[in-house]
Amino acid sequence: MRRFVTLFVVALCLVLSAVTAFAQAPAAQGPDFAALVKHLGGKSFAARLNAVRALGETGDARAVRVLEAMLGRNLYATTDGRVVIGEKKGDAYALRDAATGADAGSAPSGELSMVRTNNRLRNEINSALGTLVLMSDDPDRRRKAAVEVFKSRPKDAIPALERAVARETDAGVKQTMALALAATRLEHGADRAERLDAVRMLEGSADDETTALLRGLVSRRADGGFSEADEVVRAAAQKALTVIESRREMWDFAGKLFQGVSLGSVLLLAAIGLAITFGVMGVINMAHGEMVMLGAYTTFVIQEIFRAYAPDAFDASIVVAIPAAFCVAGAFGIAIERGIIRFLYGRPLETLLATWGLSLILQQLVRTVFGPTNREVGNPSWMTGAIELPGGVLLTHNRLWIILFSLAVLGMLALVLKRTQFGLQMRAVTQNRRMAGAMGIPTGRVDAMTFGLGSGIAGVGGVALSQIDNVSPNLGQTYIVNSFMVVVFGGVGNLLGTLVGATTLGVVNKFLESWSGAVMAKILVLVAVILFIQKRPTGLFALKGRAVEQ
Amino acid sequence: MFKIKNSLRRAAAVGAILLAAPLAAGAQAADTIKVGVLHSLSGTMAISETTLKDTMLMLIDDLNKKGGLLGKKVEAVVVDPASNWPLFAEKARELIVKQKVDVVFGCWTSVSRKSVLPVFEELNGLLFYPVQYEGEESSRNVFYTGAAPNQQAIPAVEYLMSEEGGAAKRWVLLGTDYVYPRTTNKILRAFLHSKGVKDSDIMENYTPFGHSDWQTIVSDVKKFASGGMKTAVVSTINGDANVPFYKELGNQGIKAEDIPVVAFSVGEEELSGIDARPLVGHLAAWNYFMSVDVPENKDFIARWHSFIKNKKRTTNDPMEAHYIGFNMWVQAVKQAGSTDVDAVRQAMYGQRVTSLTGSAAEMLPNHHLTKPVLIGEIQANGQFDTVWKTSGPVPGDAWSDFIPESAKLTADWKYPWVCGNCEKPKFN
Repeated sequence: MRRFVTLFVVALCLVLSAVTAFAQAPAAQGPDFAALVKHLGGKSFAARLNAVRALGETGDARAVRVLEAMLGRNLYATTDGRVVIGEKKGDAYALRDAATGADAGSAPSGELSMVRTNNRLRNEINSALGTLVLMSDDPDRRRKAAVEVFKSRPKDAIPALERAVARETDAGVKQTMALALAATRLEHGADRAERLDAVRMLEGSADDETTALLRGLVSRRADGGFSEADEVVRAAAQKALTVIESRREMWDFAGKLFQGVSLGSVLLLAAIGLAITFGVMGVINMAHGEMVMLGAYTTFVIQEIFRAYAPDAFDASIVVAIPAAFCVAGAFGIAIERGIIRFLYGRPLETLLATWGLSLILQQLVRTVFGPTNREVGNPSWMTGAIELPGGVLLTHNRLWIILFSLAVLGMLALVLKRTQFGLQMRAVTQNRRMAGAMGIPTGRVDAMTFGLGSGIAGVGGVALSQIDNVSPNLGQTYIVNSFMVVVFGGVGNLLGTLVGATTLGVVNKFLESWSGAVMAKILVLVAVILFIQKRPTGLFALKGRAVEQ
Repeated sequence: MFKIKNSLRRAAAVGAILLAAPLAAGAQAADTIKVGVLHSLSGTMAISETTLKDTMLMLIDDLNKKGGLLGKKVEAVVVDPASNWPLFAEKARELIVKQKVDVVFGCWTSVSRKSVLPVFEELNGLLFYPVQYEGEESSRNVFYTGAAPNQQAIPAVEYLMSEEGGAAKRWVLLGTDYVYPRTTNKILRAFLHSKGVKDSDIMENYTPFGHSDWQTIVSDVKKFASGGMKTAVVSTINGDANVPFYKELGNQGIKAEDIPVVAFSVGEEELSGIDARPLVGHLAAWNYFMSVDVPENKDFIARWHSFIKNKKRTTNDPMEAHYIGFNMWVQAVKQAGSTDVDAVRQAMYGQRVTSLTGSAAEMLPNHHLTKPVLIGEIQANGQFDTVWKTSGPVPGDAWSDFIPESAKLTADWKYPWVCGNCEKPKFN
């Protein structure tokens, strides 16, 4: 028995030493490409990690295909121990040998197990790929590769980067590569002058990665020593960091301002319809939020139609949804005015209760038709992503579009009010109903159309909100308080007031939020608005003249 | 006018019959065993809790098909506490006193559990609570079949700290502003301190329910992450605020490889209604994933699909907790030969049930389970791909070891302790 155990232990030692020898093999005896690829299919996480690293170090162009397949979840290990790239063909997979690229027949999914990756492994793959595709023909891929190298800064990337910088023709990509080279040299270089040059080079940039790198350099390690041993380099890095941080502070301010304006535009879109129904007509319209919700659900329906019949034109669905939402919400608005509100003019308390009840009915209606769970509204591709400014500030596309859209809606509405016959009649009726009637204006119809306009605009706001918020039956509830706050704060019956009010509240909220947290910011803004209304009951921009009496 | 009166009268009659129905059912209690189901079927929590009600109905249905329990039929008594916390307590009292149920399966939010707790303790009822929660509680009358913090939060953070998980050194704790996230983050902060993480490397931030404008917070996270050390986000954000949060992460170009987010409240059910593509690669920690490939789970999913008659419905972690809890209760009743609460409670300790992940779940004397912890990566189809799991089941700990005043407490409902929060045994 004892002999058996000894034998077993010896055998185990042999196997273990073989495995360690293998893991070190690439460095020691030159990389064996096929063996490394085979190792990717291994069970142990550490083995796969080492294999990916080693593959990156080979500089072998064949590795790109294998690593990209691994990232794309197309790399499989077969039950008999081969590593293959699989492509789904019906029920089975068409296979190619991962190392050679040769055809390897096909296999059912039961015989394949995917080579799994996780965040750590994907980082390693991206870094390995970064060095490998620096010479790619596609400038965009070269740029991305340089960014990846900047993030991981492997030592062996220095020669590859030097070659890549030398032959790079695209100025932007060259700059990115030069920065990556500087960062890598700073981390691994031995020559002080070279490293100081690198710090100087990095000083010109202000993005997150550079800041992170320099902060890492000047920070202390766990044992109390500095991460950067060379005092001269450390001082230079500290200086560069100070420059970068002051620059970032400015950008940061700009970023906050943008976020504030963006929140303001959302508030504006939510409130703009209410500026008509409440601001102009004086109806305390608690069902306003539900008009916004109807607009959002219209967007959902339009998107479903696009998904079913014209999936290729999905990006246009939002554009189609805008008039559709206006019509749907507008029609509901006209029906509500004719059916309920016109009997309640001059009785604010009853109006409040009736419209509140109505909002509950509409919510339940939507819940019955579409179900209680949130509905998924997709973002068109032109609304995803961001414009990157220096200093790590991002202007996201969806927010930019919403800002533009809110201004466009406001502009259109102002035009309708000031420049059209309908707008004139509307103002006439709200300012002096009896006189307008005496002049032959059909006041009842104008009332209905005005309420319809306000509701329709709320619906249009719903289209935009569906892009950034959850589309649920409760959507309107989240915006109703804010909408009233904006309209009252800006000055009832004044479109300019609504614009200024929304933007002010948005910006103040965002600056408070990063200082006091989101919950506290909301409370502080609410308190501030209440105090302001105490001082100035008519809001920022009070109406003057005879219209006030109305 | 007469017509209206007539229809009113008819409505009243129907109402009276509806009201009388449960009373009539109560009369024949002797030959059935009653199981109370206390989950919100309306209001904000309905989205999550309705599924659990259906799960209970399925489990009871299956049991009856196999011949019931102790030779009797098992009957579900479903009530709707309507996401209204005080109403939970009223409905719990109604179930125990009026309906005379033998056991109750229910609650989701911690606040609803806290609301019914005094009722169950006063009337000596039995509650099975199926959701992961913040711990710091052990009641004689509640069995906690969801995860305690050491079965979800702590292992998830340990994973992110490990070489394999990305070796994170800085931590962002994001949460919705209520008891579960705040308590969990208190425990996590204490845990991170014990691992040598300084306060300057921890950022904590709370947002209201349904928060939708994440621009500032996400850019703050980005700024925090550029501090020169690998950063990870631990999210206890609850409910649908998660959707705009992950969207904003995607729009600001934060990839899971750069700043991984591990969530404790995002499961298959939450992902089923949204576009999961911006979330791919981010993580969640649970004790069960629908994607776990073992025969028990496949069988359960097949039964669920045929019961609910919809092949698209997902299964999730709290459903598994009810599955374990209900089967354990059935075993304990069989062993005790009675549904008497005190007898069943004694029989519960040490009960073992094969969980849907294939491992054995055991009921501990502190009323918590042993459970394996799985870390899953979100896939584009809204499912999870398990990237890491504990080597075996982890015993649930009612009182966290990382909060000094809690570390002293022991929950043990067997002799000689017989106590949920004592520093020494009651009888010795």
